[in-house]
Amino acid sequence: MVERSKTELTKADFASDQMVKWCPGCGDHGILAAVEGIFPKIGYKKENYCVVSGIGCSSRFPYYVNTYGFHGIHGRPSAIATGVKMANPALSVWIVAGDGDSTAIGGNHFMHAIRRNMDVNFMMFNNRIYGLTKGQYSPTTKQGQITKTSPFGVLDYQLNPGELVMGVRGTFFARAVDVQTKQLQDVCDRMAAHNGCAVVEILQNCVIFNDGAHKDVTDKDTRDDNQLWVKHGKPMIFGKNKDKGLILKGRRFEVVTIGENGITENDIFVHDETTEDTGIHIMLAQMRPPEYPMVFGVIRAVTKPTYNEMFITQQYEQMQNSKIKCVDDLLNSGETWEIK
Amino acid sequence: MSIKQAEKRDDAVVRFVGDSGDGMQLTGTLFSDTSALDGNDIATFPDYPAEIRAPHNTVAGVSGFQVHIGKKIYSSGDKADVIVCMNPASLKSNLKWARMGATIIVDLDTFTDDTLSKAGYKENPFEDESLTNYNIVKAPITSLTLKAVEDIFTDRKSAAKCRNMFALGMIFYIFSKSTEHADEYLETKFKGKTAVIEANKKVIRAGYNYCENVDVQQTPLPRVDISTAKMEKGKYRNITGNIATAWGLLAAAEKAGIPLFLGSYPITPATDIMVELAKRKSLNCKVFQAEDEIAGICSAIGASFAGNFACTSTSGPGLSLKSEALGLAVMTELPLVVIDVQRGGPSTGLPTKTEQADLNQALFGRNGEAPCIVIAPSSSANCFNWAFEAGRLALENMTPVIFLSDAYLGNGSQLFKIPAMKDFPTIKPPFAKPNDPNYAPYKRDEKTLVRQWAVPGMDGLRHRIGGLEKSDGKGEVSTDNENHAKMVYYRQEKVNRLAERLPLQEVQGDEDADLLVVGWGGTAGALTSAVEEMRNEGKKIAYAHFNYISPLPRNTEEILRKYKKIVVCELNMGQFVNYLRMKFQGIMFHQYNKIKGLPFEVGELKAEFNKILGE
Repeated sequence: MVERSKTELTKADFASDQMVKWCPGCGDHGILAAVEGIFPKIGYKKENYCVVSGIGCSSRFPYYVNTYGFHGIHGRPSAIATGVKMANPALSVWIVAGDGDSTAIGGNHFMHAIRRNMDVNFMMFNNRIYGLTKGQYSPTTKQGQITKTSPFGVLDYQLNPGELVMGVRGTFFARAVDVQTKQLQDVCDRMAAHNGCAVVEILQNCVIFNDGAHKDVTDKDTRDDNQLWVKHGKPMIFGKNKDKGLILKGRRFEVVTIGENGITENDIFVHDETTEDTGIHIMLAQMRPPEYPMVFGVIRAVTKPTYNEMFITQQYEQMQNSKIKCVDDLLNSGETWEIK
Repeated sequence: MSIKQAEKRDDAVVRFVGDSGDGMQLTGTLFSDTSALDGNDIATFPDYPAEIRAPHNTVAGVSGFQVHIGKKIYSSGDKADVIVCMNPASLKSNLKWARMGATIIVDLDTFTDDTLSKAGYKENPFEDESLTNYNIVKAPITSLTLKAVEDIFTDRKSAAKCRNMFALGMIFYIFSKSTEHADEYLETKFKGKTAVIEANKKVIRAGYNYCENVDVQQTPLPRVDISTAKMEKGKYRNITGNIATAWGLLAAAEKAGIPLFLGSYPITPATDIMVELAKRKSLNCKVFQAEDEIAGICSAIGASFAGNFACTSTSGPGLSLKSEALGLAVMTELPLVVIDVQRGGPSTGLPTKTEQADLNQALFGRNGEAPCIVIAPSSSANCFNWAFEAGRLALENMTPVIFLSDAYLGNGSQLFKIPAMKDFPTIKPPFAKPNDPNYAPYKRDEKTLVRQWAVPGMDGLRHRIGGLEKSDGKGEVSTDNENHAKMVYYRQEKVNRLAERLPLQEVQGDEDADLLVVGWGGTAGALTSAVEEMRNEGKKIAYAHFNYISPLPRNTEEILRKYKKIVVCELNMGQFVNYLRMKFQGIMFHQYNKIKGLPFEVGELKAEFNKILGE
């Protein structure tokens, strides 16, 4: 539905003239570069991208990418984006929000945009901390962590965004890493192609207030053993030597080594992103080291009519079938009488 | 049987009261519509509890519907001339609404020890002196209804559902109305359910016939002939304020040539606006039922950014929730209409009752210097025109507009002369031109200070806006002190300068009046009646009713300084009068306030005005 660009676009078409004011080393820089790189490849007309954000470091994003942009208020980007998409379904709408925006102050809006399958793309920058207010814990901060507002350790149980997405039967959930550009771009490309609400949780590092929050899975030396990048129709194999995999034993996944105990590649569980049932996808979203690798890539991509398509269908039917075609018709409908 | 001579009168107030499920709203509506068809002017007002079906036969469960019919009607009337009480609880709670000597029709069958005690009666009111000042008509409504339909319904439950139509038949008799319209209505409403149609029609006649014969039993039943209205030629309909508001917004969208978007969350008493607009998909109206009030306004802001005529509808507590986002709309200078159908507050307050106590919230209820345009309709019917005006002002001035309706206007109904859309002006939003090399998000029209509207998708106009302060013109994020001062000034001045383009405030009555009555919003009906009656009595009194609240009409001060005595009347503790005091110092204002969840009564207003005149 989104109009494609008639000319070939490049990264320069989306570079903004604004000074980028994120801290040196912040994961946001990598995400920005990835997005600037992938938008021209996705190929929509440059005026048809609209980036909407909330509040926080990540939410300055619209100022740094040259598209139509709206910097909203804390927690509300999905509500604002919903209005943008409903007003003009021909736009490619991208939400940029942090973990606070998405799961704390804006949890309600986040959940319902996903539940409705609103046709928007949601990039959640998860650094597991409130950065712009200088280091308070968020719903995704690990329990026990010392932060400004938890000097004796966080008491809250940690929230896993993927489980929330599955809980409201979201149609698309992916996970990526701020600095693993190529894979992040592949995910963005898939989001653009997905009809419906596409959510990506990007593990993003805040160098100042939560440095190394994702180290257990993103550390260069160990990441191959701790990251499982799933692909639809492919066995779930990971590890530096591509010799580890997941098998489903009863109701639980188990990590196995190919070549040991008679395990062959054929025994490894094959990823199916398209099952409507959320069971396996939730299990995948929950996995964490040390027992499991963390799962990345497109975990879930289900085909379901979007809110926007269904809305337009109803609207079209009414426009075709209703006798009321203009306000004059409406004013004169029903019980009226003439005074002569 | 004697033929009674009907008494000629200019108006009458009829009140229908019963249990929440007794169908009093429908009964009242059928009577008011019939009267309107008969040539009477009408106004109605429902008085219903917040609960859907409170316990049977208790005062908490009483639901009422008041109809005022006559020659020229401004409000739904003060005290009732006729009250129909379907049970003891209705009588108990509504006797205060009967004028001295009023005819009160009661369903005698419902007066048992049990229902009397549930209604809170210690003594049977028929046996003490509490009703001596009224003309009580004890009609066995239930038993006569059952009898009338005994050949149609065998079960008591279905039969008893027709009781309200017996009462309607009685009222039709008293006011010499034909049953034709009610019959037609029943045939349409219950199409396919022949038994229901037949039963209800039969019961209406039974009620009517009962009255014809009742004088045999020496029950003094009045017969009234209400003068018909002298109305302008044209096509009319009955309309509630909420429906008129919804249609006014649609009209504005049509005249602007863009779709209407409503992002809202249900809240009493504003929900009907959303319910009505949800039906209007054929007019390219997009209604989004959001997850909460905040998402309602935020989705509207998004839709406005993307080029739709965006609105959100709510009531007081919802407006509180929307405050932060309203500030965002002020900051981003996007067109937005916020409908507030005010109810009794604070907090949840009186959800179904009327009040004008959100004025301060509308004017001042946001962080920072965040001026909005504030306007208020003044009758159920003119909600249409003012909602259109709200749309025009928002779209042409790139600014949020708060529309302060109230429960009285929203739920009340009135005759509405159907306008033609060709008589309304075209609305011209200041859309930017695609590929305009000089476009800048905060570049303003020199005269009006209005910025241009560049909509995502337009070629060559990519830009970013948001809640952070922006630099004058170019619209980049700016924390510069001087720039902030300038932008604060522009946002206020944009609203102030609008006054130069708005019509002057009108004053009815004598230039040299001894008293100027001032009102705003939903109180115009009672105020107009009070002022008119007093002028007919020879008092020198003038009246200014405000619909433009912010900015005020530019001749406001000139008017206020002209009169020796001024009384500002409003349904709050004095929010408008204090606003006027703040703006125009040195003027002595009297104030008359009522905070009972009820509209003004003509009687109380006249008493107050006479008191001030006598001081």
